[in-house]
Amino acid sequence: MAGETLTRADLAEVVYEEVGLSRNESSELVESILSMISETLIAGTSVKISSFGTFAVRQKSERIGRNPKTGDEVPISPRRVLTFKASQILKQKIDGSWDGSLEEEE
Amino acid sequence: MTKSELIQQLAGENPHLYLRDVERIVNTVFDEISDALSRGDRVEIRGFGAFSVKEREARTGRNPRTGEAVEVAEKKVPFFKTGKQLRDMLNP
Repeated sequence: MAGETLTRADLAEVVYEEVGLSRNESSELVESILSMISETLIAGTSVKISSFGTFAVRQKSERIGRNPKTGDEVPISPRRVLTFKASQILKQKIDGSWDGSLEEEE
Repeated sequence: MTKSELIQQLAGENPHLYLRDVERIVNTVFDEISDALSRGDRVEIRGFGAFSVKEREARTGRNPRTGEAVEVAEKKVPFFKTGKQLRDMLNP
């Protein structure tokens, strides 16, 4: 898929166009949103954005991995990973099957 | 945390803004990401993560209850990869 890549600057630009605050404040607000979500996840709490999706932190226990080059066994330490589950609406929008309804799924 | 809690918190930190504007700001951000993905674009937020769309080929699936074979059409699915900085912050 030869699409374009949006960055946080593009998000700030859309907020700027949509709300009419300064460019500077728009980009600070985008930054605030991202850090609030990050802080919440770091604290171990899930973040659910309706009609978009849910970010959740999962705890993984230690397991034995292997160095693919040498074949050596190495323990992979227990860690926390972030998962994102898209909402039904977002999945349908991407798949082109969204009918415009905002009924909350599940 | 839900979207409305996020809006409340952002509004609390920006008392000079109307709540309805804070709501619009938050909705705009997520709508823009959704729209970009729907167009087939990627959204890369350094330090946080990247959203992209993966194409799944058509396959023959099976109804797990009846065992019946069903054709599953090709489809596009959203995908998120956590950014390095956030991944590191989750595992200090």
